[in-house]
Amino acid sequence: MEQTNLPLRRRGLPRGSLVFGGFLKAVKSHWQLYLLIAPVLVYFIVFQYLPMYGVQIAFKDFIGSRGIWGSPWVDWKHFERFFESFFFERLLWNTISISFYELAVGFPIPILLALLVNEVRSNRFKRFVQTVTYAPHFLSTVVLVGMIIIFLSPATGFVNKFITLFGGEPIYFMTEPGWFKSIYIFSGVWQQMGWSSIIYLAALTGIDPHLHEAARVDGASRLRRIWHINLPGIRPTIMILLILNIGSLMSVGFEKVYLLQNSLNREVSDVFSTYVYRSGILGSQYSFSAAVGLFNSIVNFILLLTVNRIVRKLNQASLW
Amino acid sequence: MRIRNVSLFDVVNGVILVLVCAVVVYPLIFVLSASISNPSAVLSGNMWLWPVDITFYGYERVFSNSDILTGYTNTMIYTTVGTAVNVVMTVMAAYPLSLPSFKGRNVIMAAIVFTMFFSGGLIPTYMVVRDLGLTNTMWALILPNAVSVYNILVMRTYYQSSIPGEILEAAAIDGSSDFRTLTKIVLPLSGPILAVMVLFYAVGHWNAYFSALIYLTDRELYPLQLFMREILIQGQMEEMVNAADSSHNQTLLNEEAVKYAIIVVANLPILLLYPLLQKYFVKGVMIGAIKG
Repeated sequence: MEQTNLPLRRRGLPRGSLVFGGFLKAVKSHWQLYLLIAPVLVYFIVFQYLPMYGVQIAFKDFIGSRGIWGSPWVDWKHFERFFESFFFERLLWNTISISFYELAVGFPIPILLALLVNEVRSNRFKRFVQTVTYAPHFLSTVVLVGMIIIFLSPATGFVNKFITLFGGEPIYFMTEPGWFKSIYIFSGVWQQMGWSSIIYLAALTGIDPHLHEAARVDGASRLRRIWHINLPGIRPTIMILLILNIGSLMSVGFEKVYLLQNSLNREVSDVFSTYVYRSGILGSQYSFSAAVGLFNSIVNFILLLTVNRIVRKLNQASLW
Repeated sequence: MRIRNVSLFDVVNGVILVLVCAVVVYPLIFVLSASISNPSAVLSGNMWLWPVDITFYGYERVFSNSDILTGYTNTMIYTTVGTAVNVVMTVMAAYPLSLPSFKGRNVIMAAIVFTMFFSGGLIPTYMVVRDLGLTNTMWALILPNAVSVYNILVMRTYYQSSIPGEILEAAAIDGSSDFRTLTKIVLPLSGPILAVMVLFYAVGHWNAYFSALIYLTDRELYPLQLFMREILIQGQMEEMVNAADSSHNQTLLNEEAVKYAIIVVANLPILLLYPLLQKYFVKGVMIGAIKG
């Protein structure tokens, strides 16, 4: 912990001046540290906090020649326009339904995988499973989506070859809106399940072997030990990741959705991030798109705070 | 571990995991095999696992394509410069923030971590980058992502847990300046974590396309991933396939060969580094997990 200047405080100096004086002294004796971190601070000010300042254009009609500061205030005009627009409900529904689907499928699978891998007794086989399942994590989104499109092609993809082999009709996966979410979720599972299981595997190695020893003496089966020892053992990890996941329910990442998107599936694939990109960057409606983005960020932030508070009340692990 | 009595549980568990591996690895093997197979065999479904009628036509087309060479060169430059900036910035942030003697670190930490949970959003960020005149330069891909908060946290945790405070104190008593302590003591002790950082950031740059999509309009500056997007997803292959000998069918075949080859070529560095990547990436995730 940090050193406090206790003797000085006892002399009855006002606290404020003492803190400030101590700070100046620290800067003087450790100026090199402040010099080191200065470029980092500049980065955060310019590329993180300046945009937060610039987000005020969401409440203005941005006019390029007058700049952010000089553009006229319009209060909630852009928000109102967005909430009343046809897109609002659609984006909200798509974003939330994709997130929940992903949470329901993509969240438990890595936990399950970690529990299974943890039970493997041969170290070589364990390493083999890990090497294989981690590999897709390193593919880029462009390559992943490229592979999806090739494999799911109605005429030439192997998935449809397989379906027709068993007498089925080829499915137009990419243009049939009904398939979009499943493709999005299950390709994510394919790519990330191994990688996401690492953190649970790490937590599993931290479980006291004596617990297993004792349970074995009491005649508990492997399944029962997984259920009563391993699962509770990694519960804090699960809870933290669950908080993070729920906290981002309203943010579906841009990269993969955008690449999977086409004009035929847009009614189910359009989410906040792709809409902001389309209307803002492509359509140059800066103020309106900034408002949409800000709405999204704020809802996310509130969600995260709320979930964290609830979990802390339930006396589990929490983020802070 | 001794494997004496293989129980039913072990068998079922083994079977499940083998199936999982098969599902994960099949598309990867398919792409590798298809990239060196006769495209007509791939299209007709005759090639389903191992290469059929081996040809390197796809690779020839890929390596003779000027777009792909431009993209490859650009991506290598962006990855090298970007990773260098990232790693230097991460150390410059994590080292002071790991020291108890660094007054004000809690305020700075809070300000940095806050950006993980809240941001101005795409449009205001875009406007800052544009107003700084960075659009259509490589700096638009590097400066707005100059450092990752998560990696600062990982690095800081590493410093706090793996470099004994006594060493740093002893150095300070011997009159070593903070700079000297960093270069002579801390950096030599942080080899493994630096490797983790280099790999984390490098893979990120290699695979990134979003910044390039929004900040670059000049095709000469496109990274590989944007050209790949055109080829794999938008199907803009006109100039790639030789239009001279083409009945439509032939064109289709050529396109197919190029697609698989480009996937392999684009992932070549990652494929070659995979053993390294796996080792250090897992280590990085573990250190991150301690912090939670």
